Amino acid sequence: MNIFKIIQDIEKVDGEVYDRLASRRQAFSSFGSFGKKVALAAVPIAMGSMFKKAYGQSSNGIADVLNYALTLEYLEADFYMQGLAASGAIASENRAFFEDVRDHEVAHVAFLKSALTSLGATPVDKPTFDFSAGGAFPDWNSNPQTYLALSQAFEDTGVRAYKGQAANLVGSNEVLTAALQIHAVEARHAAIVRRIRGLKGWITNDERGAGMPVPTQAVYDGEAETMQAGIDVAAVSGVAAASVTEAFDEPLSKEAVLNIASLFIA
Amino acid sequence: MTEQTKPEEKAGGLMKSLGGSMQRRTFFRYAGATAAATTLLLTTSCDDDDEVTPPMNEEAVDLGSGDVGILNYAYALEQLEAAFYTAVVAESASALSADEMMVMQDLKAHEVAHRDFFKKALGSNAIPALEVDFSAINFKDKNSVLQTAKTFEDLGVAAYNGAGKLFTDTGAGLDYLLLAGKIVSVEARHAAAIHDLISNNTRAYGAEMIDANGLDRAMSPTEVLGAASAFIATEINFSNLPK
Repeated sequence: MNIFKIIQDIEKVDGEVYDRLASRRQAFSSFGSFGKKVALAAVPIAMGSMFKKAYGQSSNGIADVLNYALTLEYLEADFYMQGLAASGAIASENRAFFEDVRDHEVAHVAFLKSALTSLGATPVDKPTFDFSAGGAFPDWNSNPQTYLALSQAFEDTGVRAYKGQAANLVGSNEVLTAALQIHAVEARHAAIVRRIRGLKGWITNDERGAGMPVPTQAVYDGEAETMQAGIDVAAVSGVAAASVTEAFDEPLSKEAVLNIASLFIA
Repeated sequence: MTEQTKPEEKAGGLMKSLGGSMQRRTFFRYAGATAAATTLLLTTSCDDDDEVTPPMNEEAVDLGSGDVGILNYAYALEQLEAAFYTAVVAESASALSADEMMVMQDLKAHEVAHRDFFKKALGSNAIPALEVDFSAINFKDKNSVLQTAKTFEDLGVAAYNGAGKLFTDTGAGLDYLLLAGKIVSVEARHAAAIHDLISNNTRAYGAEMIDANGLDRAMSPTEVLGAASAFIATEINFSNLPK
C-alpha cells in the first residue's frame, strides 16, 4: 500500500518520525487495521489527523500568531470606531479615509476570527482599550493631531508586528499569504497617515517623525538598519544610508509589540 | 484570495522534495491538508517526472529554481522598478511638481537599494541585467509617469505577497521570507503614496486593490510576469520557479 512508502520516504529525512508516531510497529499496525476496516478514501483523513498529532506544535503556533494579530486588530478597529464616533477626533477632509481604514480593520478582525475557528482554535476576547493610555493622551478623541499621531503609531506598529511573525506561519501557505496581504494593507494605511501628518510615507532611520509623542519612540527603535542578510546595502548600492533604512521595514518582536499595545489596554 | 495552490501542485512539489531533501516542516504543510494527502496517496507510486516544460527561446534568461529562482524573480522586478525611477528622475522634472519629484527620488533610491541587494545576495546565481522597454511611457507627461508608477508598485506588492509561500520554509528560506516581508511593506508604502499623488493628496491609497476581507492582492509569478512583460524586452524563462 502506498502509505507505507510515504512513511518510509519520511523516515529518510526525518529519522524521528517513528518517535512522533509512537513506534514503527504501532504506526504500521494501526494503518494495517485501518486498511481492513475502512475504505481507502478515508485513509488520508486518518493520516492527516495522525500527522497533526505528530507535528501539531506548528498548528498551535499558527493559532498563537493569529490570536496575537487579532489582539492588534481589535485595538485598531476599536480605535477607528471610537475616533469616528467622537466629534472632534478626525478632520472632515480625512473622514472618508478613516472610514475605509476602520472597515479594513473590522474586516481583519472577522477574517482572523474565522481563520482561528477553522483551525479549531478559540479566538481571544476583545480587551477593553484606553486610548488615553492612562491619561498620557487625554485629548486623543478631541484633538485631531493627537489622534493622527496615535494612528501613525498603531499602523507602523502593525506593519512591524506582522513582519515579525511571518516565519512562524510557514506551516500554512494560506495563512502566511493572508498575513502578508493584511500586512501590506497596514503599510498602505501607515503611508497615508504619515503623509497627512506631513511626513514621508516611509520611515527614515529610527525617527518617529515631527510631532510624535516621546512614548511612541518604541515603535521606531531598531528601524535604522542598513545591513540586510549580512550585506551592507549602502556600500553595495551607493545609496545614502538614510535612504537604505527607508527601503527596508524592520520586524518587531512580539514582546516589544505587546509592550506598546499594553499601554492602551485598560 | 487571488490565487490558490492546487493540490496537484503541492504533490508535485512534494515528489520533488522527496527526491532531494524533504524538510520536516515542508512535510507538515502537505500532511496537514487532507486534500493534498489524497493526491499524495494517488500519485506516490508514480515517480516519473511528468512535468511539462514549455519550449523556450534559448536566448531567454532563466530565473532558475528553488529559493534562487524566487530571488531572481524579485531581482528582475526590482531591476524594472529601479530602471523606471532612474529614467523618471533623469527625464521628468518638467512634468512633475517639486513634491512629486521628491517622492520619485526616494523611490529611485529605494528600488536601487533593493536591486543591488538582490544582485549581491544572489552572487554568481544572479540573472544578467534585463533590457527594459519603456516605449509606451511618456516621461514628459505626469499622468503617464504616475500611472506607470502605480502599476509597478501595486504589482510589486502583489508579487511579494504571492512569493512569500514559495520560499523553502526552513533555514535560509526563512531569512528570505523575512526579507521579502521587509520589502513588501515598503512597496505598499510606495503604492499608497503614488495613489495619493494621483488623487492630488486627497488620501487615495489604492482602495481598489483591497478585497472585502481587507486583504491586498497576492499574485503568482506567472500573473506578475505576464503583467510586467510589456515593459521587459528580455525574454524570461520562469518555468522552473517553485509553484
